[in-house]
Amino acid sequence: MTAETLVPFDEALTRYDPVMGLEIHIELNTATKMFCGCPAEFGAEPNTHTCPVCLALPGALPVVNAKAVESAIRMGLALNCEIAEWCRFARKNYFYPDMPKNFQTSQYDEPIAFDGHVDVEVDGETYRIEIERAHMEEDTGKALHVGGSTGRIHGADFSLVDYNRAGIPLIEIVTRTIEVPPEKAPAVARAYVSYVRDLIGGLGVSDVRMDQGSLRADVNLSLKPKGSTTLGTRSETKNVNSFRSVERAVRYEISRHAGILDAGGKVLQETRHFQEDTGTTSSGREKSDADDYRYFPEPDLAPVSPSREWVEELRKTLPEPPAVRRARLQADWGFSDLDMRDTIGAGALDLIAETVAAGTTPQAAKKWWLGEMARRANETGVDIEALGISPQQVADIQKLIDAGRINDKLARQVFDGVIAGEGTPEEVVVARKLEVVSDDGALGAAVDRAIEADPDAAQKIRDGKQAAAGALIGAVMKEMRGQADAGRVRELIIEKLS
Amino acid sequence: MSEPVKGISRADVAHLAGLARIDLSDAELDHLASELPAILEHVAAVQQAAGDDVEAMSHPLPVNNVFREDVEVPCLTPEQALAMAPASDQQRFLVPKILGEE
Amino acid sequence: MADLVKLSADDLSRALSAGDASSVEVTQAHIDRIAAVDGAIHAFLHVDAEGALATAADIDKRRGSGEKLHALAGVPIAVKDIVATIGLPTTCGSAILDGWIPPYDATITQRIKAAGLPILGKTNMDEFAMGSSTEHSAYGPTHNPWDTTRIPGGSGGGSAAAVAAFEAPLAIGTDTGGSIRQPGALTGTVGVKPTYGGVSRYGLVALASSLDQAGPVTRSVLDAALLHELIAGHDPMDSTSIDEPTPDVVAAARRADVTGLKIGIIKELGGDGFQAGVSARFDEAVALLTSAGAEVVEVSLPSLEYALAAYYLVMPSEASSNLARFDAMRYGVRVPPAGSDDPSAEQVMASSRDAGFGDEVKRRIILGTYALSSGYYDAYYGSAQKVRTLLGRDFAAAFANVDVLVSPTSPTTAFPLGDKLDDPLSMYLQDVATIPANLVGIPGLSLPIGLADEDNLPVGLQFLAPAKADDRLYNAGAALEALLEAKWGGSLLAQAPELEVAQ
Repeated sequence: MTAETLVPFDEALTRYDPVMGLEIHIELNTATKMFCGCPAEFGAEPNTHTCPVCLALPGALPVVNAKAVESAIRMGLALNCEIAEWCRFARKNYFYPDMPKNFQTSQYDEPIAFDGHVDVEVDGETYRIEIERAHMEEDTGKALHVGGSTGRIHGADFSLVDYNRAGIPLIEIVTRTIEVPPEKAPAVARAYVSYVRDLIGGLGVSDVRMDQGSLRADVNLSLKPKGSTTLGTRSETKNVNSFRSVERAVRYEISRHAGILDAGGKVLQETRHFQEDTGTTSSGREKSDADDYRYFPEPDLAPVSPSREWVEELRKTLPEPPAVRRARLQADWGFSDLDMRDTIGAGALDLIAETVAAGTTPQAAKKWWLGEMARRANETGVDIEALGISPQQVADIQKLIDAGRINDKLARQVFDGVIAGEGTPEEVVVARKLEVVSDDGALGAAVDRAIEADPDAAQKIRDGKQAAAGALIGAVMKEMRGQADAGRVRELIIEKLS
Repeated sequence: MSEPVKGISRADVAHLAGLARIDLSDAELDHLASELPAILEHVAAVQQAAGDDVEAMSHPLPVNNVFREDVEVPCLTPEQALAMAPASDQQRFLVPKILGEE
Repeated sequence: MADLVKLSADDLSRALSAGDASSVEVTQAHIDRIAAVDGAIHAFLHVDAEGALATAADIDKRRGSGEKLHALAGVPIAVKDIVATIGLPTTCGSAILDGWIPPYDATITQRIKAAGLPILGKTNMDEFAMGSSTEHSAYGPTHNPWDTTRIPGGSGGGSAAAVAAFEAPLAIGTDTGGSIRQPGALTGTVGVKPTYGGVSRYGLVALASSLDQAGPVTRSVLDAALLHELIAGHDPMDSTSIDEPTPDVVAAARRADVTGLKIGIIKELGGDGFQAGVSARFDEAVALLTSAGAEVVEVSLPSLEYALAAYYLVMPSEASSNLARFDAMRYGVRVPPAGSDDPSAEQVMASSRDAGFGDEVKRRIILGTYALSSGYYDAYYGSAQKVRTLLGRDFAAAFANVDVLVSPTSPTTAFPLGDKLDDPLSMYLQDVATIPANLVGIPGLSLPIGLADEDNLPVGLQFLAPAKADDRLYNAGAALEALLEAKWGGSLLAQAPELEVAQ
């Protein structure tokens, strides 16, 4: 494969305007699969959640999960969509070994929800993203590729297929073409996916975890030369597994397309895979006329015709819209506009809300998530929620600080331990022996030694210059390797020298 | 109204066989290419039957909203699921290497 | 006791409850009969003597202990090889499913087992029910008991021949375009396609989802009603199942009275293209119905002209998708391509499907793939579905004026084996009278009405009724059957030649 010629992002935007489309797949958290009663649970032993229906045994027939339809309608309403008065499932016919029927039961020209929009905010500006449709479909099984050198699909000697995931309900949300100020495109893409995550998460219909695949985004991108109205050929980038990657994928594809177009080449209409490690995309499969999915209405399923009464009932179950919720949280928390923008930009709104709900002050929650956690996420290149620490754990650590058992500095070591999977904050404190020493006996002895070692400072304090205590506190803390309650040390020094 | 029926060539049959994942032999391709046009000519009569105002019937009996409750039912055991597999390993279906991707 | 295999299911039911025969005796008699004649007929792909006798013994024991049993408990049955049966091979007449044993029962299998009918075995059929002669079975054709050089009809030739040859009193068939009714006509037996959705399709290997229906194959209209009643009714596992009570078909079969019944003769299903002997027997049967007090009128269904064409688009289109699952990945016979030592999954799928499917199946899959493909969908599949709407309107208009419609079931009597194998279009024409019912979902019943003069082979007549009015078929069918049997002095099958019995 020849190396891609990339045009720097800023330079590309001097000649081209990006045109984006985003497809988001949401795995619903229903108890059972879309068309059968097998558990839709994540992470079970292989092929323990299968039945004649989801294995596509000869003769088996699907029956629609009512809860999945309800979730789809609520999702549609949250995305400000119209809800179809009558719609059908359709078969999308293509062969693939992880798809048992060799067709996917999906929806084609009659989606359950259509014509919606959401407003996302980037750098204080609001951008409206039009939603073309949201439709119901089912997930595929999972193939494990064995042999070969890379572990990737190519070069595998054989594949092992687990159908536990086959038939888990999915909702696909498709935007209309997104055209925003070119330099904003990557950030808007990220903000949109993040917004949808918050929105759907708020509905409680999905775990919306990008890292676990319950929210998956595909980025469709093409460029058109400045001033032109003709759309370019688009690429479809899959495997974009984090919000950060959404942004990077858009940037990369803009640079890559520009390189091809500058050289007078043609962009291939193809599927591409985002490579998390390099931030690049690699060629998947060229789209061709072989992609003739032969859609037709699914004859094994009855049409779905949600009554207007049902739709209105479901509308009443929607949580407050994100904009309203954000305004309410900002007031409750006493955050400034800038705090709020940083919070949303970091994707930490829900995390802070949950941390506060777990018993900390908003200020403390903000301090940890926007400071310590945002820094770690940035350093490791993962989304903040995928760090491996939960709001409850952050709250527990703050409680340890409030109780004087650890201090802020030690808390960082507790974060390390929790993230490394060493256990609960309490267990990490014990295992790593991080608890501060507040035992007067041990501290008193250390204070005595410090006074003896620095008689000048001691004299100053005796003379009433309490500011001089800092030097002695420092010495004690050093001796105790930071694991001392600094407040108590100060008290002991003053007691002893007055 | 719809497009008039077109002929079907041997290359068309080969393309369709690809979509249908059937590795037809040359003899089979020849044979189908020779007999499908007559069948298609016959079935193309449907294009004369109805105008755009006629709804297409996808279900013989009009029924809507057939759902099941979101309640678990017992699954097959992995042994049952895999019993008829041509090959299996590690409690999974063993299939030859997968080339394409979706 | 009379020859147990010659008794109707209704007679057997009474003999069993009266204690005149045990289920083991009845079942053994049929197993013996199968052993004696099936070499010549080849109605069965798999015989489960052991399982059938075990069920029979269990029923005898339960009956002996005074348990209240289903009316058909202990009466043996044959099941078309397209119906999933735990522990019994289910091949659909296809090489690709050779040796496949389902881990689950079809809903109708569950009902048959719950009612205690011993399952004698699985019957032969055209591969995946694609055919009108049972010659497209990968396991060899079934022979017509009236003349073993001729076809028994199809796709359910095995079930019809089994019943006609007294190998089973009851059988299950499936009917996508006439696969129960046409073999019934060609073998002198009774076959019913219930209203679409009347009988669960769960566990029937799908040919065309919007057309398929399972139904009874028997030697009398009353037996058909008894079996219909057993297998029909709502099934939550089939989204297209009708969630309403089944009409009382047994009572209708016992009523058997056409006085004042308005019968419409379908003008388009007669005349040219219909064998003289078929038309003659049909006219006589209609005259008989008139003499019994029915009011007979002629009706026209103008859209019938397009029905066959529509059928041969809808059926292969749905089949091409339904049969995609047979890819030799999860089940089925895996056949790697010749000359490749490291084939991909895609190549193995394609070579397995080429090796495992017969010519007719491939023909229809290719045709269906074409009809659904981009650029042709509206012209073919879309137009065909519109024809169904037009046809539905025609039938609705006809049923506004008449209670039932009648036509010959098949344009011809049984033809010689091999006669139409190289002429698919002429084979497809066999279904011209039966497919309209499938296209619009209405029920149909075929019963024997005599032998054609030119070949002395059975002729069938088909009654059609509005959707969910299956009881009308049984009333009219039983009435005509009684009139004919009074005239013949017995059943038509009594006139069938004795089959040579193997030792």
